[in-house]
Amino acid sequence: MLLQALAFYVFAAITVASAAMVVVSRNPVYSVLFLILAFFNAAALFVLIGAEFIAMILVIVYVGAVAVLFLFVVMMLDINLAELREGFLKYLPVGAMIGAVLLAEILLGLGVLGSGSVTVAAMDKAGPQILAVDNTRAIGRVLYTQYFYLFQVAGLVLLVAMIGAIVLTLRTRPGVRRQKVSEQLYRPKEDAVTLVKVPPRGGV
Amino acid sequence: MVIGLGHYLAVAAVLFTLGILGIFLNRKNVIVILMCVELMLLAVNINLVAFSIFQGNVVGQVFAMLVLTVAAAEAAIGLAILVVYFRNRGTIAVEDINAMKG
Repeated sequence: MLLQALAFYVFAAITVASAAMVVVSRNPVYSVLFLILAFFNAAALFVLIGAEFIAMILVIVYVGAVAVLFLFVVMMLDINLAELREGFLKYLPVGAMIGAVLLAEILLGLGVLGSGSVTVAAMDKAGPQILAVDNTRAIGRVLYTQYFYLFQVAGLVLLVAMIGAIVLTLRTRPGVRRQKVSEQLYRPKEDAVTLVKVPPRGGV
Repeated sequence: MVIGLGHYLAVAAVLFTLGILGIFLNRKNVIVILMCVELMLLAVNINLVAFSIFQGNVVGQVFAMLVLTVAAAEAAIGLAILVVYFRNRGTIAVEDINAMKG
């Protein structure tokens, strides 16, 4: 139990520290790398709590897809870093003030929750149980039966996002010569071959 | 030293606050703003999964998967818009994005 608590504090501290580095680091490439570290440690927190499936999905989707996408875009765009950094200190007081107020309010709410005056609903006996089977099997049992439409809608969201991203970034450059097979195949005979009546000893 | 629901909620609260702070601090850099949005969605996911585990109800994790899907779609579309904007204007500073006079 002590080991579990120790692991929780280590992972939570690294998550929070790397999230802070995402915010304050000067180079967006470093921001992306710290974002990856934060996602890995959040996945470790999920494993610690017993939600292995979500943890693996987090690693695959966030680290494998989203963070790498960010990395590609950061490296593809030729941005002026110094210009983007100005105004950082100007907005620091108001940002820190709003952040402090928000954090204080949330932690105050948590304190009220912990003091016992407000109670979270205890074990939900009516809902799908997760203790009997392992995590992935429990998710699959409800995801493909009770929440099947939700699953389909998630797929539709991804499809629309994919089509949207392709449509947005696709461009046809003028002046690029490339092979058009259909035009080649449908070229009429009249365009391709001309019959020339050659007179004797005249040449073409 | 039992790690309870409150510990996870506290971590999620700190992450969410850091995300909002990042949006305030990096007012000019759209890429970092998108990353901060991802951090806030991660905090939401931690909340959902923690409540799901401590209440013994797996539906929270199903919903966390949906949030993850939407986050991935949002990042893809946002970055695609960013690439197109950079191609047209040559800059991604937030102040220059005013073509719609909003």
